[in-house]
Formats: sequence, C-alpha cells, structure tokens
Amino acid sequence: MLLITCPHCGPRNGDEFSFEGEVVDRPLMGCSEEAWRAYLYERHNVAGWQEERWFHVAGCRRFLDVERHTISNEIRSVRDVAREPK
Amino acid sequence: MTTRRLPGRPGEVIDRVRPIEFTWNGRVAFGLEGDTIASALAAAGVSVFSRSFKYHRPRGILTADQHDPNLFLQVDDEPNVRGGHRLVEDSMAVRSQNVWPSLRYDLRSANRLVGRFLTPGFYYKTFMAPGPLKPTYQRVLRRFSAGGTVGTATQRTFSEKHFAHPDVVVAGGGPAGMAAAVAAAAAGAQVMLVEENRTLGGHLRYAGAAALGPLSDLRDAVWAADGIEVLTDAAVTGRYDHNWVGIVQATAAAERLIKARAKCLVVAAGKIERPYVFEGNDLPGVMLSGAAMRLMNLWAVSPGARAVVVTANDRGDAVVEQLGGAGVDVAEVVDLRQAKQQLVRARGRGRLAAVELSDGRVIEADLLVTAVGWTTATSLLNMAGARPVYEPRTARFLSGDLPDDVMATGEIVGDGSLDELIAHGSAVGAEAGRRALRRAFDWAKSTPRAQPVTPPADEPTTIPPLAAADHPELFTAPSDGFVDFSEDVRGKDLALAAAEGYDSIELSKRYTTATMGPIQGKLELVNAVAVHAEAIGATIAETGTTTWRPPYAPITLGVLAGADEDPVRRSPMHDWHVEHRAVPLVAGQWIRPDHYGDPAAEVGNTREHVGIIDVSPLGKIDLRGPDVPKLLDFVYINRWSKLGIGRVRYGAMVGEDGVVIDDGVTARLGEDRYYMTTTSSGAGRVWHWLDDWMQTTAPWWDVRMTAVSDGYAAMNVAGPNSRRLLERVAEDVDLSADAFAYMQARTATVAGIPDCIVLRIGFTGELSFELHVPAGFGLHVWTSLLEAGADLGIEPFGIEAQRIMRLEKGHLIVGQDTDGLTKAHEAALGWAVRADKADCAGKPELQWESEAGPQRMLVAVQPDEPSLVPAEASQIVAGDRIVGRVTSSRMSPTLGRGVCLAMIDADFAEPGATVTIRLPDGTSAAATVMEQTAHFDPEGERLRG
Repeated sequence: MLLITCPHCGPRNGDEFSFEGEVVDRPLMGCSEEAWRAYLYERHNVAGWQEERWFHVAGCRRFLDVERHTISNEIRSVRDVAREPK
Repeated sequence: MTTRRLPGRPGEVIDRVRPIEFTWNGRVAFGLEGDTIASALAAAGVSVFSRSFKYHRPRGILTADQHDPNLFLQVDDEPNVRGGHRLVEDSMAVRSQNVWPSLRYDLRSANRLVGRFLTPGFYYKTFMAPGPLKPTYQRVLRRFSAGGTVGTATQRTFSEKHFAHPDVVVAGGGPAGMAAAVAAAAAGAQVMLVEENRTLGGHLRYAGAAALGPLSDLRDAVWAADGIEVLTDAAVTGRYDHNWVGIVQATAAAERLIKARAKCLVVAAGKIERPYVFEGNDLPGVMLSGAAMRLMNLWAVSPGARAVVVTANDRGDAVVEQLGGAGVDVAEVVDLRQAKQQLVRARGRGRLAAVELSDGRVIEADLLVTAVGWTTATSLLNMAGARPVYEPRTARFLSGDLPDDVMATGEIVGDGSLDELIAHGSAVGAEAGRRALRRAFDWAKSTPRAQPVTPPADEPTTIPPLAAADHPELFTAPSDGFVDFSEDVRGKDLALAAAEGYDSIELSKRYTTATMGPIQGKLELVNAVAVHAEAIGATIAETGTTTWRPPYAPITLGVLAGADEDPVRRSPMHDWHVEHRAVPLVAGQWIRPDHYGDPAAEVGNTREHVGIIDVSPLGKIDLRGPDVPKLLDFVYINRWSKLGIGRVRYGAMVGEDGVVIDDGVTARLGEDRYYMTTTSSGAGRVWHWLDDWMQTTAPWWDVRMTAVSDGYAAMNVAGPNSRRLLERVAEDVDLSADAFAYMQARTATVAGIPDCIVLRIGFTGELSFELHVPAGFGLHVWTSLLEAGADLGIEPFGIEAQRIMRLEKGHLIVGQDTDGLTKAHEAALGWAVRADKADCAGKPELQWESEAGPQRMLVAVQPDEPSLVPAEASQIVAGDRIVGRVTSSRMSPTLGRGVCLAMIDADFAEPGATVTIRLPDGTSAAATVMEQTAHFDPEGERLRG
C-alpha cells in the first residue's frame, strides 16, 4: 500500500485516500466535442512521472496533487490543489 | 512399534515425561510434548507420510520443517497442515492426504504405470480437447488431485487483522536476525522480530551442542532488550510499496494478519538447503542434512539405522559426525568435493533399500542424507526490487542492489563463522535503526503540528563484509529424479518442455508447473533453473530465475478475509421498527423497514389518512455562505440563484458526461443558509462531488459545507391528515396552506424540540411534511407524532409503500430508473435543465443532448391488461429488436392496476403509442405509453392541498 505524505496530516496509508486520476485541464465552455470528450475519456497513462489527484477522504478531506512515478510508485511531491499558484 | 527415540540430547525440545496420545490414519500413536506430528511419527518408526501429487508415490520426511513438501497432512477437519511444524496434541486425529483407499495400498499409484499420459503440459494438452468432455475431466481429476478435505460441519472461525507501525521489522530470527534486532533496539528503534519457527534461533537450534551456548546468549539479549516485539510462528509474507509489510502469525489456535508500515525492513531469512536430483531421490529414507539434524537434535529421533551421506560442504561433514554420535552406522560418505566418487541412484520399493555408487558398489542403507548446496531465501529482497544474480562460484543466487529502506543480513548475504554472522547482523541492525529513526524524523518534520523528533546520527554504521563461500555447483546426479516434489516434476519433464519450445524458465515453469506447488520454489527452483539451462544449452546466469512473488509462506483465505466487520448503519428509530415487526430491508449499509406487514394497506392508509416513514438515511448537507447559490447552480442542472428564503426546490445532478448521478431537494433556510438532501445511497458521493468542485475549480467561493447526515433523524409525514397532525405537535410555525405552501421550508419546534427543519415536499404525491430533527430526539419526535395522530389514523409505512406511491406519481429513482448512461433529458428531467448558465457540471453534454434530441425517454407505461405487473427489467421489443426495458413496476393499490416506468427508444416513446413487453416466461403483452410520467394525480392537486 502506498504511503502518501499529506501536507496537512503527514504520512498516511494510501487507503485513507481516494484516487481521482490523472490531472486533466477542464476545457472552457464552448469548446469542441472532441476537446470535451478528450477531457472526459482520454488519458496519457504514462510510464513515468505522473501528475495525479488524490482526495484525503478519511483524513482532512482535501484534494491533493501528487507527483508519482507509475513504475516505481515513488512519490516526489504532494501539494494541496488550492495552493498558491506556482 | 519400534521406537527410534534417542537417549537425552542437549538442546532437545521434547518433554519426556509428558506423553501425547493421538491417532495416525485411525490407529493409536504416541508422541511427547514438544514433538511435531512428523517427529512423533518418525520416532514411532513411520517412514511413509503421504502419497505424491501426480504419481501417488510414497513419500517420507525430506526437510522435517514447515517447508517439507511431503508432510502436508489432514488434522481433524483441517486440511494441509504442515506436519513438520504443527505440534502433536492429545486426541488429535492425523491422516495422510492424497491416499485412496489407504496409505499402504494406494490404487492411484497405478499412475506410475500411466505416467506417460501425465506428461508436462498435461493441463494444456488435455483442455485443448472439445468442450463437452470437460465436466468428465473435472470429475476424474478431482478424485486424483491433491489436498485434504474440509468438513461441511467445520466451525467458522474469525481471524484478526491489525495495523502496526514499527521502526524496524526483522524477517528471520536466526543469529544474524537476533543480533540485528538487538542492535536496532539499542539504537532506539521499536523492533518487530519475526520468526517462522516456534522459537528463536534459526539453525543454532539444531546445529549441535556447541551452538547451544551462543543460542542462549542471543535469546537472552533479545529478551533483555527494550523495544523488541518477538513474533514466532509468524512469517513476513510480502514486501509491498513503500515498505508495507504483511506478516501472518499462525498458531494452531489462531491466525492473525499484521499489516505493518516498516520504516526499515531487515531481511535475515537465511538459506534453504537444496535437494539433489537423482533417481530415487524421493524414496522415503532419502532426506536433506537439515532434516537429519532436526530429527536428532530437536526431537531426539534417529533418522535411520544404516546411512550413506553425500556431502559437499561443512554441513554434510557435521552430519556424518552427528550420525555417528547418535549411533547410526554411517556405511559410506560420498564426498562430492572430490571427483572420485558419485552417487548414481537410490533403490528401493516403497522405501530406501540401497544406494548405488559410480564405482559400481551397491550399499544397503535405510538412510541417505544429502548436503549438496543452498538456496538463498531472497524473495523478500526481490519483492523490494533487488535483482537475483547468479554467482557460479557459490552455486547460488545472491541479491542485487536494495532500496534504502530494505537491508539484508546473515546467510542470505554470505557465509561466515557465528561471530562474523553476529557482527554483520549487529552492524546492519544498528544502521537499520538509524535509517528508521531518520525516517521518523523526516515524517515528523513533514507533519504539521507533530511533536518534534530528535534527529538521529548522520553517520552511517560501517557494515563489515560477509562474503558467500565457494561451493561446487551440484544440481543433478548422472541419473534423473524429481526436481519438484510437490508437483511431481522430474528433470526429464523440464527437458521435454524445453524441447517442445518452452525455452524460457518463466514459460517452462507454467507449462510443467514446477515450483508452482505449495512450497513455491523454495526447495526446487534453482534445480529447475539448472535443468532447464542445461536443456536449452545456456548457463544458469543467462537463464535467470523466475519472479518471486508474495506470499512467501502459504496463507489461508480465512486470515485474508479476517473478521466479518462490515459496518451496519441504523436510524435512531431502528429499535422502534424492530419492536413493531418491521420486515428489514438491507439497503447498502443501512437496515431499513421494508414494510410492517402489508405494504398495500400502508399505501391505502397514507393516501386516505396519514402515514409516517423513517427517511433518516437521506444524505444531508448543511451549506452556508454567500456563494452557495453559485455552487448549487454549478452542481444542479437547474437554476438556484433566485431561490427565496423559505423555499425548497428539487434538483438533479449530472456528471461531466451529462449522466444523472443524484437528485434531492435543497432548501434555503436563511440569507446564507441552505440545507441539501441527497439520495440515501448517494450521500457520500455527493459530498465528495461538492468538495471536488469547491476545492479544485472555485476555491475562492465563500461556502462552508458540513455533512450532517447522521446529525439529523428524518421522517416524512404524508397524507391528507398530515397538516392536522403537525398542527398538534409543531410550534413557532404557521402551517396553513397560505402561509406554508408546497415547496416551502421552515424551521420549527416539534414535540418540544427546537430547530427542527420542516420541508413541504411530496415524493409520495400526498400533502406531506418532511421533518429533520436532531438525531438524538428522532425517536422522541417519531413516537410523539404517532401518539398525537392516533385518532387521525396514523400508521407507519415502509420503503415498499413509498416505492409504490412514488411510482404512482411517476417520480424516478436515480439508479433504478436511470443507468450509467442516462442523461438528464432522457430521464425526463429536460424541464429542469437551464441551458443559459455560463457553466455547470456536464453543461456541454446536456446542450448537445438537447440539440440532438434524446435517444431514449423515461416514460410511464401501463399494461393493457390491468392485472399484469411485468417484472422489472422486462424487455420492450419491436419485432426482434429490443427497444427498451421496464425500469420499475408495481401493482398500484390506488388505481387497481399495474403501473410502470420504462426507458424506451425515443421513436417508440410517443404518448399513446402501444409497445410490446416481452415477459420473462417468453410471452408478450401490450402496453400503452402515457401522456405524463404520473399515473396518479398528474395535476398534483393532492400535494398542493
């Protein structure tokens, strides 16, 4: 089981979190059908570093952006989605 | 029976004054306390313990420990007990498995004669045949397959699971593991020391008298140390991501699964003795040096009377000496380190009789001991990502680079004197403790408001070298024998597999099933690799090894299942329902009253007088702040910004794909105060969904959300008398039709309880008030209403009556009348969709759906034959085509006829159209699509009254 270091709660077992998938940008209203369907269904599914979203559902209930390596499961950063912009 | 018990041995673990009486295949047998089943039987002269898996060959002791493939036994109603590990107990009934009709006269040993039909790839080849024969194969193979039997009367037992957060887990309680645990504890770490045997000590337990002093010193050090939890009869079964470690502790009495997050894992699993492949190597009487030593030194059992020893290492030399000391006549020592002599084959019928050597001599013997090499137990290291690397000089696989949080010590790393092993273990333990405390420090640093942790030393501990000793590469003798004892795979089977094209060890393993039995390769893997390598003309290093996967040791399904602890949710009025003979309905985690005897009568009473239903499982969310309308506009398909104070509105939610995910009502109770209800099953999902939008899309919205589902008990009072009833118990509220109209909300004092929320809504189609009261007063308000309404005809009603009434009214249930593809317009919710919003969840999809027109429509349908109630999910057909399905159907007590909701292709869903319903019995019935979804009171006069 993964160990995810929540910025609010510290290192916690992965089963406290729900996996929300790859981070995808939501298209603006008025976009094409192709763009919208790509947002709904198309994922990169990379073998490597992935920006993904987790929800600390059994903890602080904050949504988190996690950088995880999909081969080694190494996690190199966890940030709250509502962080200050980079 | 002859006894093979030796006089007192130093280090023996048996209690000679405490005899144990048990049965072996129905006959009385005796052992001593401390005996395993195998040692007690061996002491009594038993040599054949089981029949082999495929050929039903007689099998005896091979390793005399928990990994012995020949000692899987049935104990009472427990199958597959490891006889080399389980202790004998009084009145235990032990039987051999895999025998029919008896161990001595096993008819299926005729398999030996038909062995050519049981070639490698047997399952592949057999099941390629046409399908109709498969049931026959299955029947025949069942009878011939291995394993014990589970009695149907077996008591259900529960095993526990528990979570642990040790600093250091040490896998293996031999000398290096014990030293590592002590050193890690001395460094300040909390340590779990896990040992698969009953006591700590590893090979020191049976190595002979000289090892007993150091063994006792090491054990004393472990017991004296602070912070070591010793788990015996336990195995680390797997190492997973981020050092998540599974430990199964299994005694005869109980099993438990420990899930540990180890800050550092030290693997000290040692090495496992490897069998030698030669003709007759599975005859009872042929055993490994470890088995002979365990029998003699732990249980004082003589392994035989006249022995031949094949040795290639110190262990073999030691066994020669110990056998002599125990009075066994060592007839011949074959030293394979010198090229002079080779073992050719073992002979015997049913048990060992003689040993044939390369110089032509045939030596009579009842014991053949082999000591020809080792397999390192690296599987936990390989699960941690270390590559197994074959080292020809040492004739074993060693492990490659390890991640920072996994370390190895002991004979898994190399060989050395006992002092060297202990020194290595101590250094690794100290370093593991340091790394674990460093991790604890880092974790605390990354946890807001955590207690500060003192940082450990920065300087790593120097770990002394521990090299693996040279060892000749010895896998097979000049004759062929069994490579895999569990699966009955011989060297020639592996060669045949290679010849048939299975030229990768991973493929050959699956094809021949070598290493796939209960021992999972611990004894046989390297021999299998060696034979396979020779067959394909490659080196062992080139061939590589198969992947070690968890679990390291066999685990019962029961220990994985654990206790039956699914949460159950009950409303505050649950006990009242039970007292009033409610028939329970399990709805997700909730137990709800389905009905109280007669749902049709409950409908009639509610429509005629007044009924009350417990709707506490509804999801309830308290929303506050000036931006709540923005949130509601975003997550609901309809418009919320103009909702006045004291108003309540129905809303449906769709996902980003436009599919309906939930519905409910939301009330505005004050300037910035809203109260949302969701479906019972959707409560958690909606809470999650709202959080998602608020955090990821519009974190600047000023909205505070609190889930209050369990904070309020909820009940719906429905029926023409509901207002009169409520007037008797409610204060601070004007309930008149003018002051409190349909789709309005108030707060009020009900039955003396202030701050209750009253919503005038009507799922049932009747004049009705939904009361949300603080949960602790739910039962009080419920019983107060029943008392106050006795003369008004109040009766409780359950889910079934509610479902009938909502279907009469044509109100949909999300998930019942919709599915995972149903968009808002199809669900007959087009009236609610507001396309003029700048943005909302699923907006583009709803817009496109509206433009293209819905593909299907949810409509009310009535069978032309009034008494007919087509089963839910009955198909609606047009000729051979399926054009829809009945999503809900009931006999309506109010209308006296069958009523349905159905999802029908738009072309066939026009009001007034006749459709054909295909019934489960194959007949068809005509039905008519109705003008409106409501079968009853479509104008809504009753609920507006």
